[in-house]
Amino acid sequence: MARITAGVGCSHVPAIGVAMDSGITKQSYWEPVFEGFEKSREWMKAQKADVVFLVYNDHCTVFDATCIPTFALGCAPEFAPADEGWGPRPVPVVKNHQRLASHIAHSLILDEFDITIMNEMEVDHGLTVPMSVMFGDKGIDDEWPCLVIPLCVNVVQYPAPTGNRCYNLGKAIRRAVDSFDEDLNVVVFGTGGMSHQLQYKRAGLINKEWDTQFLNRLTSDHVALSQTPHIDYLREAGSEGVEMVMWHVMRGALDDDVEEIHRHYHVPASNTAVGHIILENKKDQKAKI
Amino acid sequence: MGLNKDYEDIPGTFVFDADRGREGYQLNQFCISLRKAPNREAFGADEGAYLDKYKMTEEQRQAVIDRDWNQLLELGGNIYYTSKLAANDGINFQQLAGLMTGMGNEAYRAMMIAGGRSPEGNRYQHEWDEKGEE
Ligand SMILES: [Fe+2]
Repeated sequence: MARITAGVGCSHVPAIGVAMDSGITKQSYWEPVFEGFEKSREWMKAQKADVVFLVYNDHCTVFDATCIPTFALGCAPEFAPADEGWGPRPVPVVKNHQRLASHIAHSLILDEFDITIMNEMEVDHGLTVPMSVMFGDKGIDDEWPCLVIPLCVNVVQYPAPTGNRCYNLGKAIRRAVDSFDEDLNVVVFGTGGMSHQLQYKRAGLINKEWDTQFLNRLTSDHVALSQTPHIDYLREAGSEGVEMVMWHVMRGALDDDVEEIHRHYHVPASNTAVGHIILENKKDQKAKI
Repeated sequence: MGLNKDYEDIPGTFVFDADRGREGYQLNQFCISLRKAPNREAFGADEGAYLDKYKMTEEQRQAVIDRDWNQLLELGGNIYYTSKLAANDGINFQQLAGLMTGMGNEAYRAMMIAGGRSPEGNRYQHEWDEKGEE
């Protein structure tokens, strides 16, 4: 049977992708950002994931304002990196586990999550940057080491889905994966954040304390954390900090009982606080030993 | 009962809700069109003719021509859309923030390296009013 064994929370700042693509990760500005992912890349390799279920948002790249789905599940065979205005990122095309994606779509809708099904889709930095930080440099002719099922969440037009809704969607994704008949190791990524505001006169807002308590509570106080109202994100973590609701999808897909394996936090990458955490189901850790 | 827009008292911030989305629709659709290279070329060749294709208001159109980044947001633009116009002009997110905050690129970048803008005194509109900020 397919099983979800671990979760990754991770910012997806576009400038991180630009830094990797232009080979400046050793510069003093960027070095501390990437150092924190060295352990993560080793962990990712050892994890031998067959599939990454990747929760992210599109940044008015592939989805324009004509149609704004709250939850859009990638069911296409593959997803090419999109041109965001300065050419597509030179990273591999993302390949789907299409049969599992179809199974999840079917299961979620019967579980009363009325998601949108995407049979064609390109992906922006929201998806490709987490792939790059977790798997390292890959060129256009390389392949990502595992398959990816994208779940695209609207966090651009207010309101984003509530943290509670995201958390419960994570639980429904878990039920869907658990009922799939192939033996697969699935890791869930929740991406975005942490505190940042990109717009208007308050741009540049960073709230390290708030981010830290978010990371602290994710392991054992996750249910109460998922009840955080939108206004708290907007006021405390910046208008774009509301992206963090996507981390609750990841947390909901894990067991209640998890262990924090790794954490990284750094300010700034461009306008943003970079946050990252790795959580493992304790049950699956025992199974490994 | 009306919707409670409890986010309207955050200073220096526009929350891009459905009302703003409606107001800014044509403007935002214009901005996102610049994601594609052929459109960037057409816009560069004749801005006026290109803008004619979008039924935005006179004010919105003028804000585009003036590259008045804050005005674009005031008129229903969203940062992820207006950033496509900025990218067309060779301006990245951080440089755009330098412009929108009025700090300029260097001071803004220095603030970020020093840990960013603190939430202290920046949570409520009345805190800005008391400081005499707009
Ligand atoms: Fe994002």
